[in-house]
Amino acid sequence: MAYSVVLAGPVDIDGWRAAARDAWRAGISPDRLVFHVPGEAGDLFGGEPPPPPRADAAMPLVPRDFLALAEVAVRHRDPARFALLYDVLCRIAGGARGLLDDAADPVVARLRDMAKAVRRDAHKMHAFVRFTEIEGPRHVAWFEPDHYIEEAEAGFFIRRFAQLRWSIATPRLSLHWDGAALSIGPAGRRDALPPPDAGEALWRAYFGAIFNPARLKPAAMRAEMPEKYWKNLPEAQDIPRLIAEAPSRVRAMVAAGAAAPNPNPQRRRTPMATSTEGFAELRAQLLAADLPEWASRATQPVMGEGPVGAALMLVGEQPGDEEDLAGRAFVGPAGRLLNAVLEEAEVPRDALFVTNAVKHFKYTQQGRRRLHQTPDAGDITRYRPFLRAEVALVRPRLVLALGATALRALTGRAMPVTKSRDLHLKTADGMDLRATVHPSYLLRLPDAVAQRAERQRFAADLARAYGEATQTGGAAHAGGGASGANRS
Amino acid sequence: MDLLRKLEILADAAKYDASCASSGTDKRDSRKGGLGSTEGSGICHAYAPDGRCISLLKILLTNACVFDCAYCINRATSNTPRARFTVDEVVQLTLDFYRRNCIEGLFLSSGIIRDPDYTMEQLIRVVRCLRVDHGFKGYIHLKTIPDADPGLLAEAGLHADRLSINIELPQAASLAALAPEKNFADIHTAMGGLRTRIADAKEAKRGERRIRAPRFAPAGQSTQMIIGADASDDATVLGTSVGLYSGYGMRRVYYSAYSPIPDASVALPPRAPPLVREHRLYQADWLLRFYGFSLDEIVAGGEGGMLDLAIDPKLAWALKNRADFPVDVNRAAREMLLRVPGLGAKTVGRILATRRHRGLRVDDLARLGVRLAPALPFLVALDHRPRMLDGAHLRAQLTPAPVQGSLF
Repeated sequence: MAYSVVLAGPVDIDGWRAAARDAWRAGISPDRLVFHVPGEAGDLFGGEPPPPPRADAAMPLVPRDFLALAEVAVRHRDPARFALLYDVLCRIAGGARGLLDDAADPVVARLRDMAKAVRRDAHKMHAFVRFTEIEGPRHVAWFEPDHYIEEAEAGFFIRRFAQLRWSIATPRLSLHWDGAALSIGPAGRRDALPPPDAGEALWRAYFGAIFNPARLKPAAMRAEMPEKYWKNLPEAQDIPRLIAEAPSRVRAMVAAGAAAPNPNPQRRRTPMATSTEGFAELRAQLLAADLPEWASRATQPVMGEGPVGAALMLVGEQPGDEEDLAGRAFVGPAGRLLNAVLEEAEVPRDALFVTNAVKHFKYTQQGRRRLHQTPDAGDITRYRPFLRAEVALVRPRLVLALGATALRALTGRAMPVTKSRDLHLKTADGMDLRATVHPSYLLRLPDAVAQRAERQRFAADLARAYGEATQTGGAAHAGGGASGANRS
Repeated sequence: MDLLRKLEILADAAKYDASCASSGTDKRDSRKGGLGSTEGSGICHAYAPDGRCISLLKILLTNACVFDCAYCINRATSNTPRARFTVDEVVQLTLDFYRRNCIEGLFLSSGIIRDPDYTMEQLIRVVRCLRVDHGFKGYIHLKTIPDADPGLLAEAGLHADRLSINIELPQAASLAALAPEKNFADIHTAMGGLRTRIADAKEAKRGERRIRAPRFAPAGQSTQMIIGADASDDATVLGTSVGLYSGYGMRRVYYSAYSPIPDASVALPPRAPPLVREHRLYQADWLLRFYGFSLDEIVAGGEGGMLDLAIDPKLAWALKNRADFPVDVNRAAREMLLRVPGLGAKTVGRILATRRHRGLRVDDLARLGVRLAPALPFLVALDHRPRMLDGAHLRAQLTPAPVQGSLF
């Protein structure tokens, strides 16, 4: 016994849901149920309406993605869509919960293809509707979709053109937006469109000018803009001419060859003033310097910053990822920690000059990330002249090395930070020097207790160095390096 | 000069910029006022016969330029006719095309006039007028002038969805030779500055920073490299790209085959654009970003630092690494499936979901969207095992016939 359900219209998803639910609860198998849409081709030899559901039958349970698929697939023009959906519904409700993941199931594959076609049709409607302004003012358009998508896609045009009044007519119906509400009217007619206006001529001129005749690829164009759309696209009227003219335009370009330079070139700008300051010069030297290959992969040299003549100068290792992008020292995670600890130690960051031993970010590439790589002895040596020049420009009373790289760069010798921490040291140029850990060392400590203790120690080192650098009268530490800068 | 002629000149001058993307910005619409919407994915409103998508009104504010870049039709010593839009002309054209539903928005660039700050200010006046005076909610892509003042950059990022600075050429020496006023290091510095601001604004939006950073280019930054104007090989080009993606969070690196221009420079006479090479670079770029290939693997698929022009880079890699195949579609891990020629990322996702329900046969693979011709020699299915993986003719068999001859 075959049964038949008559739906209210081509996209009557609610009617289909109610009928399908009842049919499933009445135990009707997919091969015995026909869905019929008035005016649509299909099986006209339908039977009786299905019997009412059995009172004790449970509601069919389906996952959310089935309803999402159904909502899109019903907009397809294929008369079989409702029956196919009922077939999948019965199998899912009958226990095949994961059926939709089985993209190789022929019915699922067919429904997915239908949904894909509907989405593509909707996308082309968003793209290819062309409005013309008429009196009112009102914007009017004619469009011929492949599927039953007009009602569903009205929302796109409302969101985009909410403050305009517009109408889109199609062979099935017409959508009208009056600035506040949507109404659906009868089918429109293509020949009711207004004639082309001046704005359309501008748009066609743009279409012609943006085309590059040396890259002619008409098949790629047709794949995305099939010819069936051309008759409703004003710019498409120019396509045959543009294609026909392209080869001769390219031949003319090549035949003309290179042109003599214009004897009256565009006015050149006056050269920008270059700073004669020592730091700018140092930066320029770095840009021109013959550096290791890896330095060319960094964004820019990162110079130190702070007041010239700062009493205390901090020297770190090298710029990290964030420093490299910003072009400023100590602005990344270690820099933020340094700022916090300086605050705890009551050392004003503004009064310090902070810089790095190595001026470029050295890293290894791992996927899309740039991982910090410790500079080796050769790198440190290569950058030493720049660090020395920087120290000479700032002329601090005390230099504080943060970590082993800085210590090595300043002294010229490899020495452990842990054993140098409480010593009065000298730079290779004879300036007063102290050493402590690099703030990134604190970031790497795994254990919170050790982290707290080390942080306190680091703060104490910073406070002591600042105290020594700013104490009144003479050298930063006993034994005096006040004349150190002159010894270089 | 009338508006139509200006539009022709200034669109013609802009067409060598490949980017026309309008996707990936925040969602907006006009239900509470203004004009326009952005909904995540971009829309191509038309396609030109060069196969390129037309999504944005892509124009220059002026093609007058004091820079003398040999590859550029707008260089200072070119004889090309010059024109300049007024701010209002660009605004009205954008709004009119938008109301017709011809475009998603505006991609505005400019020749350098007077100095970088002045030029940047002119560009910003256009986008400020669109956003503030007209409540324009569509997409805006603004070309950024590398040396412009940071304050101007901040305002540009406030109004624009995407900012871009073109790297132009794959290496510093080429840029120095062909674009004497441009500087490779300055371009990188400016890109680094953009990345920092984009990241700050994104963190502020997620509430990860206490100090609120203003909106800044939610669709990120992109760049373009010209291919074939200098002697850089593909390994150099792709190496530069890898650095641009990782260092500056580029959404896209566009490759633009150097195309003959009217009034070409003596330094770069017109020649056929290397379109196939451009295509292979895009494929390689994709494999690097989404398929887990390393730069060395991609480059090793070709010869002497150049990609194989006859076949795509994934197939080229597979043919040189036949020992890794065949791959069993019913067992292999995602990473290995992604390396099989003819399997795209989406198809691999479907294979993984479907094989939980059934053992896959060749018919199933076809339904899942697998391109069987290139895939079958490299994979095993329930009813298929390749025979000629060791054959010397495999490469010839899988090499497509040449599509079209050169235009010249």
